[in-house]
Parts: sequence; C-alpha cells; structure tokens
Amino acid sequence: MRARSYKVRAVGTACALVVALAIAGCGSSSSSSSAPGVTATSITFGTHQPLTGPAAPGYSEIAAASQAYFDYLNAQGGINGRTIHLVIKNDEYNPTQTVSVVHQLVLQENVFGIFEGLGTPTHTKVVGFLNSSKVPDMFVASGCACWDDGTTQPYTFGWQPNYTIEGKILGQYIKQHLAGKKIGVFYQDDDFGTGGLAGIKDEVPASQIVSTQPYQPGGTNVAPQISAIKAAGAEVLIDFTVPIYTALGQLTSFTLGYKPQLVVSNVGIDPTTVGGLLKTFSKGKAGTELIEGAITDGYLPSSTETSNPWIALFKKIHAQYDSGAPFDGNVEYGMANAYTLAQSLQLAGKNLTREDLVNAVNEKGSQLKGPGLVPFRYSKTVHGGYSGVEMGQVRNGQIVLFGGPLVTEPTAGSPITPYTAAQPAPPSSGVSVP
Amino acid sequence: MSAPADMGAHSGADSASSFARLARGTMARSLGLVLLGGVVLFLASEALDSYNDLQLASGAYYFVALAGLTVLTGLSGQISLGHGALMAVGAYTVALLVGNEQWALVPALAAAVVVSSLVGIAVGAAASRLRGPYLAGATLAFAIGLPALAEEYPGTFGGANGLVIEPPTPPSWLGASFPLERWEAWIAGAGALVVVFLMSNLAHSGVGRSFRAVRDDEIAASLCGLHVGRVQTLAFVVSAACAGLGGGLLAVVLQLAAPGAFELGLSLALLTAIVLGGLGSLLGAIWGAAVLVLLPGWTNDLAHSFSLSTKVSANLPLAIYGFVLIVGILIWPTGIQGALRRIMGLVRRSPQGGSRELDKHSTSGSGGAST
Repeated sequence: MRARSYKVRAVGTACALVVALAIAGCGSSSSSSSAPGVTATSITFGTHQPLTGPAAPGYSEIAAASQAYFDYLNAQGGINGRTIHLVIKNDEYNPTQTVSVVHQLVLQENVFGIFEGLGTPTHTKVVGFLNSSKVPDMFVASGCACWDDGTTQPYTFGWQPNYTIEGKILGQYIKQHLAGKKIGVFYQDDDFGTGGLAGIKDEVPASQIVSTQPYQPGGTNVAPQISAIKAAGAEVLIDFTVPIYTALGQLTSFTLGYKPQLVVSNVGIDPTTVGGLLKTFSKGKAGTELIEGAITDGYLPSSTETSNPWIALFKKIHAQYDSGAPFDGNVEYGMANAYTLAQSLQLAGKNLTREDLVNAVNEKGSQLKGPGLVPFRYSKTVHGGYSGVEMGQVRNGQIVLFGGPLVTEPTAGSPITPYTAAQPAPPSSGVSVP
Repeated sequence: MSAPADMGAHSGADSASSFARLARGTMARSLGLVLLGGVVLFLASEALDSYNDLQLASGAYYFVALAGLTVLTGLSGQISLGHGALMAVGAYTVALLVGNEQWALVPALAAAVVVSSLVGIAVGAAASRLRGPYLAGATLAFAIGLPALAEEYPGTFGGANGLVIEPPTPPSWLGASFPLERWEAWIAGAGALVVVFLMSNLAHSGVGRSFRAVRDDEIAASLCGLHVGRVQTLAFVVSAACAGLGGGLLAVVLQLAAPGAFELGLSLALLTAIVLGGLGSLLGAIWGAAVLVLLPGWTNDLAHSFSLSTKVSANLPLAIYGFVLIVGILIWPTGIQGALRRIMGLVRRSPQGGSRELDKHSTSGSGGAST
C-alpha cells in the first residue's frame, strides 16, 4: 500500500511539473530571420512605458503618439519598404516591471530593438541586458546622462537633452535674470534630479542655493519638502520633477501660501498634463494658473505654436491616428522621437542588421535635422541626444519659447552658445535624411 | 527548542524503531522527490528558450517563498500578509552583499536566509501573541512599512531606484554560449529543490506535527507539553527563511532589488497564490507559482485582444486578474491541487494518501504522519 501510493505520488508530481512546464512553454516563438524582428516588409520595435502608475499622467500618451506617427509613415509605404511596428508594454514606472517586460520584448517577442523606453529609474535597469544582448536601444525617453556612453554602452542612445545640459542653461538664465535670489530645488531622487541639480550648480553660485529637497517617486505627500524649501526662504523654486510631482508641489505651495518664482524642467511642465492633474487633485478648484509664469525650456517647437509646419503636420497625424489623446507636448514628443527613429532606419539602409542601425546613428546622427530646434550630439562615443534648449515661459497656459536656442556640452565649465541655423520644413511625405 | 514529542500512539522500543523507519522513509522519499524534480527542471531548462527559462526561474523563486507561506498558513494555521516584505529583506541582503561587498552567490543567499530568519523571529514573536484579523493587520503593517525603509534611506538602499547587481556568470565549463537565463533558472531551481527537500521533511517530522497540533487546538497542544508561542514563532521563522531565500533568488534573477518589487500587492499575491494553488501542499505551491508567473501575461494578452483605448486596456489586466482569482476560488475552494486530486479520483482510491500534501492528517487522528 505504502509503495503504491508512493509511486502514484511520484507520477503525480512528475505529471504536475511537466504540465506546469508545458504551460510555461506555450507562447514561445522563434524568428526565422537572422536579425530578429525584421522581415522584408516589416520591422518591430518594443517599448516600456508607464501606462499606469505615478508617471502615467501625460507620459502614457507618448508611445501611442509614436505609434500614430509610424501608422502615418506605414500608410505611405514605411521606410525602405518596411512598415514599422511598436509593441508597447506597461511597466508602471516600476523598475522591477521594466526588467520583466524588456526581457519579454527581447526574448519572447523577438523585437529588433527597444525604442523610446521611458524613465531614468526604469531604463537604467535594462541598459546592461540590452547591450550585452546587442539589442539596439534607441532614443531613451529620459534625459539622464547615463545613456551618453558610446564606449561602454554602444547600443544605447539618448534623445532628449541631457538633464545637465538643461540644468546649465536654466542655471545661466537664473544667474542672469534672477541674480542673488535664494533658490530652493525640489528634485526626483535619482539621476534625473541629481543630473539637473548638477547643471544648475555648474552655473549658479552654491551660496545662492539654500535648500535642495529630493522626493521618491511613488509617495504623494510632498509637504515636508516644500515646507523645508519655504522655511529656507527660497524666492525661486526649481523643479526637476515628473508632471505629477510638479502638480503636487504647486498644490502644496498654494496651500502653504508660498509663491516663489517657479522654474521647471521641460519634462515636468507640459501645461495640458500638469493643468489636468491640478484640476483633478483640487477637484476643479485649481488649474494651469498655478504654473502660470513658470520658467522652463524646450528643444522642440511649442505644441501650441500652430504656425510651425512640424506642429501642423503632427496635429494632422494626431487627428487621423491618435485622436483619443489631447494634442500636447507629450504627443509632440512621441511623434518627434518616432521621426528620428524613422530617419535612422532610412540611413541604415535596406539590408538591415542591428549593427547597421547603431552605426548609422554613430556616423550620421549628428547631421539629422527634423522638428528639433537644436542639433544632435551623436558620434561613436557620444550617445547623448539634443545639444541644448531654448528658454521658455508658461504664458496664458501655453509654453512660449524665447531668446533663441542655446547649445552646450554637459561637462562642467563648457560654454553655452547660441545656435542659429534655421529649422528645416518637414518633407511632404516620409522622412528626409542627410 | 527541543524536539516535540512524536504525536503518534506508539510506545517504548516499538516507538523508537518505527520512528527510525519513519525518518528513513520520509528522508528517502524527499530525496527521491528532489532528484525527480531536479531531472524535470534540468530537462525543461534545456528544452525551453531563453524567455521561458526566465519564466521558470521566476516560478522557482516564487515557489520558494510560497512553500514557506503554505507551511505557515496551511500547517501552523497562521496568516501572514507580510511575506512580500520578508522577500524584500532577502533581496536587499543579497543586493548589498553581492553588489557592495562582492560576496559569492551561495554565501550571500545563505546570509539572506539568516537575516530574514532574524527578522522572522522578531515578527514571529509578535505574531504568536496575535490571532486572526489582528495577526493579519500586524503583518500587513509590516508589508507596508518595511519597503518604505528603502525610500527613507536612499543612501544605503538606493531609494525607489533600487540596488543593481551584476548578473551571475555561468561557469566557463558550460561554454561561452550558455544562455544566462538558463543559468538563472538553474540557480533558482536549485534553491527550489533545497526548499522542497527541507519542507517535505519538516512537514513529516515531529516539528511538522507540532505545527498541526497547535493549529488544530492550542489548548490540547499545550496539554501535550507544547509551548504554543514557541511553535508558532518557529513556524513563522521557517516561512520567513523561505521568503528570504525567495527574495534573494529574485534579486539574482532580476539583478535588482527595488521597493517596487515588494509592494503590498506582492504579499497579497503570495497569499492568494497559495490559496488558489491549494493550501498546505507543496504541489499547490507549484501551481501557485505558475499562477503568479503566467496569469499576468495571459491577462495582458487578453486585455489587448480587445481593441480598447490605452487607458482601459492598461488597467484591464489587474481587473481580469482579480476576476480570475475570485472565480478560481469559487470553483475550486480547495485550490487547483484540491480540484486535481478530486478529478483524478486519487482521494477515493487511497483515502490516506495519493498526493504530495503536507497537511495530510489532523493530529487528532491516529498515527500522526505515518506515510
């Protein structure tokens, strides 16, 4: 009796394990092409995005807008005869989820590369995996300096201006126009915030900065940080924050009766997003007026500047393919970044390997022109994106850029210089490359 | 703590010899089980592609944590909503030791077990004084509070950004092209096998019987000479050690320890997984681990198979997940394992056995764990 039930158990256990593994084995697929994710008629990229979670407001629109731009291109025949597809995975801005979905994209979905992976705390966790797997990691949606290392991370490329570049140009403005005022900095406690802070410190005398207060993404109470900045007597408040923390910070300032001159990184100020959050959090009692007059910057034309031909084009595509979302800076971001990817694919040529795409950006990326106001910095060793920003201000709930584009390098002490070359008009169809 | 008395009705020399036979039988069976599991895991890891090897590794570290929790809840009758936090303890221990101190993997995992056991002693001692909803509440507070420490001390624990560790390198004799994911599956699988061996033995030992005795009737157990509080604390420590090992393996597989991995949702998911898998059974823990690994992917695919707006489809997976859990529990109140046992009719054919169930008998029956 004992022996038999033992055998039955053993067989049962084995069966259970086999069934469990068989289930685990379902859904595995393999690509027959030598370069994964690319066929004669299509190419597939994957991306990780905060569709839910603390960074979702605003940012969740970005990948859908990129998708819309690809749809528009695909309707015209795609790039080099290939339609571009984007597999969007939700990582909730949670680094652990990012690791999991990016492995899934690369190992299970067999994407050609990762495109526009969003976030500093998130994407830093997969850069090692992507580079050791030799998977192109194109145009990370974050301005962290961590992407700017073509030597040790040859497959990773940044896109938007490095936060230190942005911090330096904001810092120069403060030095010139808000001289001697006491400054408080409210920043995200990772490479995003510390990179921006480093740029500010590069330009502004240390004695002028009276309080620096970090926050951890995820919490909702920022009263301790804002109170500390207020108590330190800061007359200028600099935010290196994602939109939800810009909104929380401004609501808290409002409650505390604290009205400093606000300065916000371009990633945290999109008025549609922040205004919407303010409205939601205050149950309709507050809106964009809480960020009115805020100093910021931009490296793309303002999304409300409808006379700009790029904005006109993006609005047209948006109306056709992505009308569910409001047309704002996030949508513009997604489309502009998608345009850069399409250009890079065009450059990489018809016979496409993963290395070809990387080499194309290494060699010709710095000559790419498009919706950006400033040139790219790409080279074999430099993988950072745009080289500067133009100063801007929130006026009547819209970002108005002024003063002309400025460019610089992230290294301390490198000069900030004006950039004067004109922005090219968008091509009538497809993409244009040098 | 002294070995609790054999709950069986044997006496004198007869008891001594039957106990020896019993121990041999249990030990041999556990070893057989581990060998069988090892072969299956090995063959599976060879057959699967990289992504599914990674899924296998995830399943293995979840199983390790679930095996401990199913011992705690199924055998000793205590509930814990705090096991996600205990996994965090293990994960951060490994990340700190491997990342900062350059420890080798095995000692770091052992340290994760030790540290989480120490935390388990503290929590378990408090837990043994609490019952039912109060115990759930206390462990719930632990689950919420502990991961927040990582954000409170970003200098040590890296804040929300977390701590990154280098991926484990497969030994060179496996060849240069040996996939990292398979190596991770082996590491996590080895951890799971160690836990199968220990838990399966524990459940059939005097200690396991003392757990059940305390669960079934605390007064009767103390009349038998058991120190109820100590037994409950021990059960908590055992499950904390498993959770710590599971968390440590998680950190190795993901190469990351970040608070986002150990939110309250994880603790709740662990509890639902052991209930859905089949409470008090190691096989149930396997089913539970499979649910944790596979269900989120399926719900995602399902949510995206409808053409819905991003806002809806991004939130739908969680709703489907909840729905499946509720329906699952309604249809199979005894979990997947219980349902399978019924389907296979093994219960009817062999009322005393037929499954790898830890909780085979209540102690009020005769003979204790005789099989």
